[in-house]
Amino acid sequence: MSIDPITLSVIQAGLQQVCDEMDLSFSRAAFSPVIAEANDRSDGIYAAEDGALIAQGTGGLPVFVGTMQYSTRKLIEMIAAGTVAKPKPDDIYIVNDPYLGGTHLMDVRFARPFYRKGEIYCWLSNTGHWPDTGGAVPGGFSASATSVEQEGLRLPPVRLFKKGVLDQEIYSIICSNIRVADQRIGDVKAQAAALMVGEDRLNALLDRYGDDVVKAAIAELRVRSDTQMQAFIEEIPDGNYSSTAWIDSDGVVNEPLKIHLKIKKTRGHLQFDFSESSPPCMGPMNSVLATTLSSVYLAMRHIFPEVPISAGAFTPLEILQPKGTFLDAEYPRPVSGCAAEVSQRIAEAVFAALVEALPHRVTAAPAGTSGNFALGGFDPETGRDFVMYQLSGGGYGGNIDHDGLSNGCSTIGISKAPPVEIMEQNFPVLYHRYALREGSGGAGQHRGGLGLDYEVELRRGNARASFVMDHGRFGPQGALGGADGAVNEVEVWREGVKYIPEHLSKEQDIPLQAGDRVRVKTPGGGGYGPALERDLDLIKEDKRLGRN
Amino acid sequence: MSTNRGGIIGVDVGGTFTDLVVIDGKTGHIRIAKTPTTLENQAFGVLTAIDDAQVKLPDINLIVHGTTTTTNAVLERKLSRTGLITTGGFRDVLELGRRTRPQAYGMTGQFVPIIPRDLRLEVPERMDASGKVVTTLDEQAVRDAAQTLIDAGCEALVIHFLHAYANSAHEQRAAEIAAEIWPNKYITTAHSLLSETREFERGVTAAVNASVQPLLERYVTRLSDELAAQGYAGDVLVMNGNGGMISSKLVAKEAAKTVMSGPASGVMAAAYTGRRACEPNLLSYDMGGTSTDVALILNGTPPVSNEIEVEYAMPIHVPMVDVRTVGAGGGSIARVNPAGLLEVGPHSAGADPGPICYGRGGTDPTISDANMLLGRLNPEKLNSVTGGISTDDIASIFQTKLGTPLGVDARAAAEAVIRLANAKMSGAIRMVSLSLGADPRDFALFAFGGAGPLHAAALARELGVPRVLIPARPGITNALGCAIADLRHDFVQTINQSLDTVDVQVLHNVFAAQSSAGQSALKREAIKVCEVQTEFSVDMQFLGQSHVIRVHLNHGTPTATELRKNFESVYWKRFKVDLPQIRARIVNANCSVIGVCDPIDLSQLIDPAGRHDTAMPVTTRDVYFDGAAFKTPVYWRDHLPQNVQLNGPAVIEQLDCTILIPLGDHVTGGVDGNLTIHIGGAK
Repeated sequence: MSIDPITLSVIQAGLQQVCDEMDLSFSRAAFSPVIAEANDRSDGIYAAEDGALIAQGTGGLPVFVGTMQYSTRKLIEMIAAGTVAKPKPDDIYIVNDPYLGGTHLMDVRFARPFYRKGEIYCWLSNTGHWPDTGGAVPGGFSASATSVEQEGLRLPPVRLFKKGVLDQEIYSIICSNIRVADQRIGDVKAQAAALMVGEDRLNALLDRYGDDVVKAAIAELRVRSDTQMQAFIEEIPDGNYSSTAWIDSDGVVNEPLKIHLKIKKTRGHLQFDFSESSPPCMGPMNSVLATTLSSVYLAMRHIFPEVPISAGAFTPLEILQPKGTFLDAEYPRPVSGCAAEVSQRIAEAVFAALVEALPHRVTAAPAGTSGNFALGGFDPETGRDFVMYQLSGGGYGGNIDHDGLSNGCSTIGISKAPPVEIMEQNFPVLYHRYALREGSGGAGQHRGGLGLDYEVELRRGNARASFVMDHGRFGPQGALGGADGAVNEVEVWREGVKYIPEHLSKEQDIPLQAGDRVRVKTPGGGGYGPALERDLDLIKEDKRLGRN
Repeated sequence: MSTNRGGIIGVDVGGTFTDLVVIDGKTGHIRIAKTPTTLENQAFGVLTAIDDAQVKLPDINLIVHGTTTTTNAVLERKLSRTGLITTGGFRDVLELGRRTRPQAYGMTGQFVPIIPRDLRLEVPERMDASGKVVTTLDEQAVRDAAQTLIDAGCEALVIHFLHAYANSAHEQRAAEIAAEIWPNKYITTAHSLLSETREFERGVTAAVNASVQPLLERYVTRLSDELAAQGYAGDVLVMNGNGGMISSKLVAKEAAKTVMSGPASGVMAAAYTGRRACEPNLLSYDMGGTSTDVALILNGTPPVSNEIEVEYAMPIHVPMVDVRTVGAGGGSIARVNPAGLLEVGPHSAGADPGPICYGRGGTDPTISDANMLLGRLNPEKLNSVTGGISTDDIASIFQTKLGTPLGVDARAAAEAVIRLANAKMSGAIRMVSLSLGADPRDFALFAFGGAGPLHAAALARELGVPRVLIPARPGITNALGCAIADLRHDFVQTINQSLDTVDVQVLHNVFAAQSSAGQSALKREAIKVCEVQTEFSVDMQFLGQSHVIRVHLNHGTPTATELRKNFESVYWKRFKVDLPQIRARIVNANCSVIGVCDPIDLSQLIDPAGRHDTAMPVTTRDVYFDGAAFKTPVYWRDHLPQNVQLNGPAVIEQLDCTILIPLGDHVTGGVDGNLTIHIGGAK
C-alpha cells in the first residue's frame, strides 16, 4: 500500500501525540518526585514483530532514547521461546533485568500488548525510575557493589497485571524487597494507567485512518527516518574519527576506565567501534549493551535534534557490539552507574570524535556527571531516618557561537535541582554556599560554562555521606584547541579536618557527625577553540564579573 | 451602589497593534479602534487610538490600560540598573537557576541573569528553614552594600534573603537601613512580593519587579499626564497578569504583576463573554501572527497559577492567569524535510518580513499564505499591501517549495499545510487541557485573535469539541478584557506543615491577615466597587511528593478534617488515585480579594442599527475543501441579523478577522453579537 506524504505527516504527528499523552499521564499521576517532577520516565510504541521503536514521547528522559526497543524485543523473543508466559489482552509485564535490554535496576519497565482484531498489533511500553528497588543502599546507587545482587531486586518479565487485574502475589514479593513500599502503589497505578491512555488514543487513531493504512505508514516512516538521518550524517565528511574519554574509577578498584571510540563514516553510514575500551570492571561502572546503544543515540540526537526518535533514524548508525569491554557487561556485573555516569562519558566520546567534522553542531565536552551526593542518617529532632540526595549540574562546553551554559543539567537528564530552601526544610542540613565555581570553565575562544560550588553542614545527629560522581581525575575535554574544564572536587570536613575520597569522585558511607561539612565543586565545561582567539571584550567581562 | 462606570475605555497595547474599545455608559454604544503600536513610547499609539475612536476625554470616567512595557523590558533585557543585597554565600542563586538547559536535546544555551554578578552583593545574615536566626544581620554591611550599589549607578534595589518567607525580619530591617540612603523608593523585598519557598523563583520575581519598576512608573506617569492634559479627570488603571486592574499610582510597587497582562486580559474577556452566553466552560484559543495562546476556563472562572515562566529560566511566581503558549501562528513556516515529509513550524516568518501575502519580501510559505491560496482569506486584500504580491506569486512559491517535493499541486500543498497545522495545534491544545486535568470534549472553544476564527471549527472537529463561540470582535478581545476587569489583589504565604500536626488557627490568622490587606488595598483605589469577593485556597500535597495541587475553600476558617476531605476529593478528581494511608501537607495559603465592578453591557459590540433583516452574501468566491472548490458565500458580519442561521460552507468577514464555517457545520447568532458554530450541525 502506498501512502501519500501528507497523510504520512499527519499519522506521524498522531503517533507522537499518543506517546506524549502517555508521558503526561504518567508524570501527572505518579507519586514519586523523581517521576512526577524530574520526568525520569519514558513512554513509547514498539513493533509487534521485533520490538523496533515506532514512536517515543518527546518529554521522556534523554537516556531512554531507544532503550525500550531492546527490552521489548527480548520480551517478544522470550515469549516465542516459551521462557515467558504468553500474553492475553489487558496483561502488563513488569521487568527491570539490566541484562534483558535494560539500564539499571531502578528503571522499571512495563509492557502491554496492544490488540486489534484479536492479534497483537504493537506493544506499548514505559519505564519509570523507582526511588528504590532494594539492595545494599537506599536508592540503589552503591559505589562499591561488586555484583548485581547487591544493587537490588531483579525482575524477569512477569505479568504483574493479568487481564487488567494487579497480581497481588507478585506485588507482595516486590513490596517485601524494596524500601518505602507503601508509597509504590501510587507509581504502579500511574505507570499502568499511562499505558491505558496510550491504548485509548491509539485505538482512536486506528479507527480513524484504518489498521492497514497506519501499519503501512509506520513502515514507510521507518524508511523515511532512515533517509533523513542519512541526509544529516552526510554533513560529516567520509573518513575515520576517534576519541578517548575516561571514567575516574569503578568505585572499587582505583584505576581509570577507558572509553575508546573509532567512528568510520562512509556514504550514509556511521560505524561506531568501542572495542578498544577497558574490560568489564569490578565496581558498578559497567554498562549493559542497551544502555551503550542508547547513549550513542542520545549523543547523536544532541547533535541533530531535528531527527525524530524512531528505529528508522537509528538504522544508519551501526554500533558494533563491544564484546569483552565494560560497555557490554554481562550477569552478574554491577551496573548501577551505567545510566547516570557511563552513558554521559559515551556521549562525551561521540562529541569529541565528531567535533572536528561538525564544528558548527558539536560542543566541547559538558560536565558529564549527575553529581550524586547522598546523605543518609537519623534526625534526632524528628526521630526519623532520612536519605537526602543532592544531584547537581555543571558547566557545558563552549560552542561555535557562545560560551558554555553554567550549571546545566546532566547530558542524559532534563530535571531541575531542588532549591536549597526545600533541602533545608526536609533534612537536618544547612548550606553555607551555593555559588558559581569561579575559574572552572575550560579556557577557549568560547570558554566552558562554570560548575557549581556548594558547601553543606550536617546540623544534627549522625549520617553517612556517599558520592557517585565523575570527572574528578580528568576534566571535561576541550575541543579544537580549547582547554579542559576544571575537575570535580569533593572535600569532607570532619571536626575541621579535610578528607578527600581516595577515588576522588566516588565513595560509600563516609561517617559524619553534627557540625561536619561536605564541599563539592562540580566540573566546568570544556573550552572551544584556542584561548588566544578569545574576544578582548569577553575577557574583560569575565574579569569584571569574577568568572575566571 | 454605583461604580461610576460612565464612559469606559479599555486599551491594550500588543506587539503589533494598539486596540481600543470605548463603551458609552449611558447608551451602551460601543466603538473600537486599532492603530499600530508605537514601541518607543507606547503612549503615542494609545493617544492615536483615542483620537481615531473620536473620544472626548472629558466624557470618560474610566480608562483601563493593558501594557507590554514590562514584558518587552524583560524579554529584551532593557531594564533599569538594579542591585541585589543577599545572604552570604548565595549571590549566584539568580544566575545558577535550577540546573536546566533551554531544550531537552542540544547541549547549548545562554542565560543572561536579570542582575549582573558585579551588582549582586552579599551580607552576613542567615535564617534557617523554621525562621530561627542562625547568623544575625550585619547592619553595617547592609549600609556599605547599599552605598556601593548607589555608587555603581543602581536605580533599583532588591533585598533577598534565604527563608525570608518563614521570617522576614532581616529583609525588613535591611530595607529600613537601605531606605535611609537610597535616593528613591525603588526597593523591593522579595518576601513582600511572594512569601513562598524556593529562593531562585522568589529572587527572580523580585529582581524582575525592581528592574521594571522605574520604567513602568515613568511610563504610566507620562501617559496619565498626557491624558489629563487632554481633559481626562479620572484615574488611569493598569491591567495585571492576574486579570484584575490596579491604579496607575499603585501599580509600580508590584510591577512584576503586569508582566503577561496582555494574554490575561484576553482570557478575562473570554470568561466574561462566556458567562453572559451561558457557556461557562471554555477553552480559549487566541491565534495571532506568531503564536497561539490557550487557557482553560472552568465555571466561568479563568485559572490562576503562580508558576508562570515567561521564557527559559525566567519564572515570575506571582499569581497570574494561566495561559499557555502552544506554538504555531499565522506566520509559522511550512517546509519539506530531508525525509520528504511536510513540517509546519516551529520557525515563524514573524511580523517582518512576515508571510508572503504581507508583501514585505517574505518568501517562505506560511499558514496565512495557505489560507489565502485556499480562498479562506480574501485575495482582494492582497491589492492593498505593498509589494504587489498576487495569488499566482504565492501559488508559485508553494509549488516550488512544497508541491513539487510532495508530488502535488500548490493548492493541495496549501491544504496539507492547514491539515497538518490543525493536527498539531489540536494536539497541543489537548496537552494543555489534559495537563490541567480536563477532557477538551467537555468544553466549547472560544476563538479569538486575528487568525483564531479561521481555524477554530476544524480544530473543534479534531478535538471532539461540539461548539465554537466566536465573540463579536475577536480582534480586540484583549482591549475588551481591560474594559470589563475587576479590581484584584492576590496573596501567597508558605505554611509548610503536616496536616495532622498543624494548628489550624495559624492558617486562619494568615487568611485573616491576607484578606484584611486586600480590603485595605481596595480602599486605596479611587473607583468604588459594588461587591467584595474573597477567595481562599490552599496548595497541598501528600508527604513525599514535591508537586502541589490547589484546593479551593468556601471560607477562611477550615478545620483540619475539612482540609483533608477537600484535598482528597480534588486529588481523586484530578488523578483518579486514592491514597488514604499517606499523610497530607499544607504548603501554601492563598487569598484573592476581588473588588467586583458593575457589569458592562456588551450587546452593542456590533451596532444593531447596521444589521440587516436577512443574511445576504456580499459576494461568493471559490474556497477549497478536501481538494474541491466550492462556490462559497461571503458575508459581512456587521450586516448579519442578530438571530442568523447559516450552513457551511460560508465565510464571514469583519474588520478585525475572518471566520470560516466549513462544509457540514452550522452557525447561529446569539447574545452580544456572538456566533456559535455547531460542529457537524448543518441542517
